[in-house]
Amino acid sequence: MNPIEFDTVQVGDALPALQLPPVTRTTLALFAGASGDHNPIHIDIDVARRAGMPDVFAQGMLGMAWLGRLLTGWAPQSRLRRFDARFQGITHLGNAMRCSGTVVEKLEQAGERCVRIELLSANQFGQTKIVGEALVALP
Amino acid sequence: MIDKKWIGHELPPSVLPIERSRLQFFAKAIGETDPVYTDTAAARDAGYPDLPAPPTFLFAAELDSGAAFRLIDDLQIPIAKLLHGEQSFSFHKPACAGDTVTVRSTVSDIYDKKNGALEFVVKLSRATNQRDELVAELRSVLVCKN
Repeated sequence: MNPIEFDTVQVGDALPALQLPPVTRTTLALFAGASGDHNPIHIDIDVARRAGMPDVFAQGMLGMAWLGRLLTGWAPQSRLRRFDARFQGITHLGNAMRCSGTVVEKLEQAGERCVRIELLSANQFGQTKIVGEALVALP
Repeated sequence: MIDKKWIGHELPPSVLPIERSRLQFFAKAIGETDPVYTDTAAARDAGYPDLPAPPTFLFAAELDSGAAFRLIDDLQIPIAKLLHGEQSFSFHKPACAGDTVTVRSTVSDIYDKKNGALEFVVKLSRATNQRDELVAELRSVLVCKN
């Protein structure tokens, strides 16, 4: 794979999208353990129901981690300067998230040539769950 | 309503030793297959001293230590009403296996919208490594949906 370079990146370029498999209870259990988020609302249906939810649902940070994979799959992580996410909806069991990103600006920041990327995570029904933004410095 | 007296509250520091096996587990949990995140040789070839912690990994520090949930208890936010509204990271230095990262957080703001139907807590954090170098800054917005 050729390294991404500032001069060859254009505003409007799309990052190669990342398609995730449907969220399962196993996905949530593994992420609870690995991330340290042991909030039972994500892994114990009894707790989720007592909280008024129909079932367990995904940790927000799992969705953000997937957007992180989109970014680090495109440019090395050492080039990532900022990464912001706004959680807009709950990711339910069975949701198959698609992470996408678009270059929206080329700029210089702190003496580095950077691109600003708009990020989106949406399920198979087109419902947006996370919007975000990243700043990546490019050679 | 969340007591605004907590604005300015400093959480106890959370110390997170970054371990290879934990990073490999995290990679598995998020479906990361890039060997840079699981294979030390690949990480070294990519210029890291050891496996790098993925971008959002440092969020674990205050979960592991319990500081994140203690804050929610202190603020008296019922877990059933808690939402993660926003999360930001600014990156300064890579954090890799073998590093020990300390996260220090302050509650910077508490406000509400829609006449208190939604309450917001903003937490700012600085993550430093064992050499006292700034690794990352984090900003979290927690939402209490009343």
